Amino acid sequence: MDAVYDQEPDPNEGAARGLNLVVCIKQVPDSAQIRVHPVTNTIMRQGVPTIINPYDLFALEEAMRLRDQYGGEVTVLSMGPPMAEEALRRALGLGADKAVLITDRRFAGADTLATSYALAAALTKLGSERPIDVVFTGKQTIDGDTAQVGPGIARRLGLEQLTYVAAIDMLDRATGEIVVRRRAEGGLQVLSSRLPCLVTVLEGVNEVRRGSIDDMLRAARAEITTWSAADAGVEDLQKCGLRGSPTVVKRVFAPTPREESAEMVAVDHKRPKQIADAVLDLIFAHQPKLEAQLEAATRREVSR
Amino acid sequence: MNAATPAAARRDALPERYQSYRHVWVFVELERGTVHPVSFELLGEGRKLADALGVELAGVVLGPQSTATADAVAAAFHYGADRVYLGEHPALANYRNEPFTRALAEFVETYQPEILLLGATTLGRDLAGAVATTLKTGLTADCTELAIDGERSMAATRPTFGGSLLCTIHTRGVRPQMATVRPRVMAMPEPDPSRTGSVVRHELRIAETDIITKVLDFVPDVRTDDVNLAYADVVVAGGMGLRAAENFGLVRELAAVLGGDWGCSRPVVQKGWLPAERQIGQTGKTIRPRLYIAAGIKGAIQHRVGVEGADLIVAINTDPAAPIFDFAHLGVVADALEVLPALTDAVRRRLGVPAPTG
Repeated sequence: MDAVYDQEPDPNEGAARGLNLVVCIKQVPDSAQIRVHPVTNTIMRQGVPTIINPYDLFALEEAMRLRDQYGGEVTVLSMGPPMAEEALRRALGLGADKAVLITDRRFAGADTLATSYALAAALTKLGSERPIDVVFTGKQTIDGDTAQVGPGIARRLGLEQLTYVAAIDMLDRATGEIVVRRRAEGGLQVLSSRLPCLVTVLEGVNEVRRGSIDDMLRAARAEITTWSAADAGVEDLQKCGLRGSPTVVKRVFAPTPREESAEMVAVDHKRPKQIADAVLDLIFAHQPKLEAQLEAATRREVSR
Repeated sequence: MNAATPAAARRDALPERYQSYRHVWVFVELERGTVHPVSFELLGEGRKLADALGVELAGVVLGPQSTATADAVAAAFHYGADRVYLGEHPALANYRNEPFTRALAEFVETYQPEILLLGATTLGRDLAGAVATTLKTGLTADCTELAIDGERSMAATRPTFGGSLLCTIHTRGVRPQMATVRPRVMAMPEPDPSRTGSVVRHELRIAETDIITKVLDFVPDVRTDDVNLAYADVVVAGGMGLRAAENFGLVRELAAVLGGDWGCSRPVVQKGWLPAERQIGQTGKTIRPRLYIAAGIKGAIQHRVGVEGADLIVAINTDPAAPIFDFAHLGVVADALEVLPALTDAVRRRLGVPAPTG
């Protein structure tokens, strides 16, 4: 128990005493169901279901675990079109406490720099009521795959940046110290850092809970706070959306087939053995060095 | 729509303060005493960009004063750098975001490159996102192709929409233009040990006491099941066409007789049949083997961009219309479950490997 807080009974007990955690989530099209129009090379979005970016669910679960252990509340925050409300409602159904959607036509077309600008403004506003302890994000999204928005938010808000976190080993609310394991090349870095920080959570490090019936009922009725750019405290609209994005997509295209089409191995009525021999002949015809290398390796193996 | 053009041109125009930005930089990723090979691959690619622009190629080396750091500087020259910007400081001994971001951003602001490339590793991505935000510039992740267009602008091509299409991205109105590239996407250049160049030492004023995050420990991965996909000479991979997780034994066996490593496509990982470290493709490992055998893999673009560097791609799929046949060199329209064991057997017979007993 935290002795420091023991003497102050408070009507908002749990929330006021515990951690203030915010999880940034994104609504994305279910990539398994995306189809490209064969003639126009455009994405056929109609009827493609949307989901919470799967990586974000690990971040949400990690935040809820901290809340369950130390008390406090988890707010989910998203930037997107009005329909992104669905994703936030689903997060509430999984157990998040509050949800905020920032939506404004002027956010449209944002690249990662403009996205982190708008989210940082909303986080500043959220933190003005009570300081945020940890901002969580997934390791990346499945539609953009950039992994850049998390670091962007950390940098803009001056938060300690802890990416690819596999585990939170320790959190000391009295001193604000946090110890995490971070995925690095060839191993895990054990880092000691301090709140407030931004944590991007590695996939597969926890098992995402299923929401309780209570949470789902609450989510269905919940009011989702919706902020425009002005509501979110965005100061400079020039830094939002397409206007605020230094990167521009000049061309979207499907890759061209290789100029020479694949050499097809005749298979009709042949047994697997015959097919395999034919394939192997062709492999070694294309890669004679490989055959020599394999033969040498086999001789070494056998003579040992 | 002519009216839109002047406005767009104004927006795209490079402000005066960025017009003197010159040269191509590659961040040389030195971690735990070793340079990540992706840095050499990027120096090879950076060399081409620098030549196209008629400018210098420089490496940026950040580390503690040590022989490993000195070796990284020498290696950068061997792999094509004309110049190395060197920052030595004890705080740069182990990677941490804060000192590295400060150092790299300070280098950029001082010496003003027009292009800055980093490897899309965990370190490179952690650093690139923070540096680009500090500099308020554009950053394009996981590029598969880099080129220079007529107006000194870098055209960075990457997969988009979950890897179903490719897009080409430019950075307008700000410099440097930043991009990350995954390991093995670009070819490894031949090093020239006789090459050398000039070193610019930059003194960094970093106080360890100002850095909040500390490295307490490093826990190396336990390598019971060594995954060396990215650098294997032969790779065999399976997709949903293998129909069940247990059938991946066939993939492993063929890889074993060919002395290679094995993997799978993204849907296999999403199904939970195999761990993510086995995934080949844009969001998994990029491979450049001499021989790649794709069994029961459809060949979505996100998979294609991860294997296109292979010298020889052999595709086995029951569907003759599968996109994998658009980029494979050899195609077999057959059931991978039958062809894989037959191939394993054929290799054994050809090389005189005794079949396993017991």
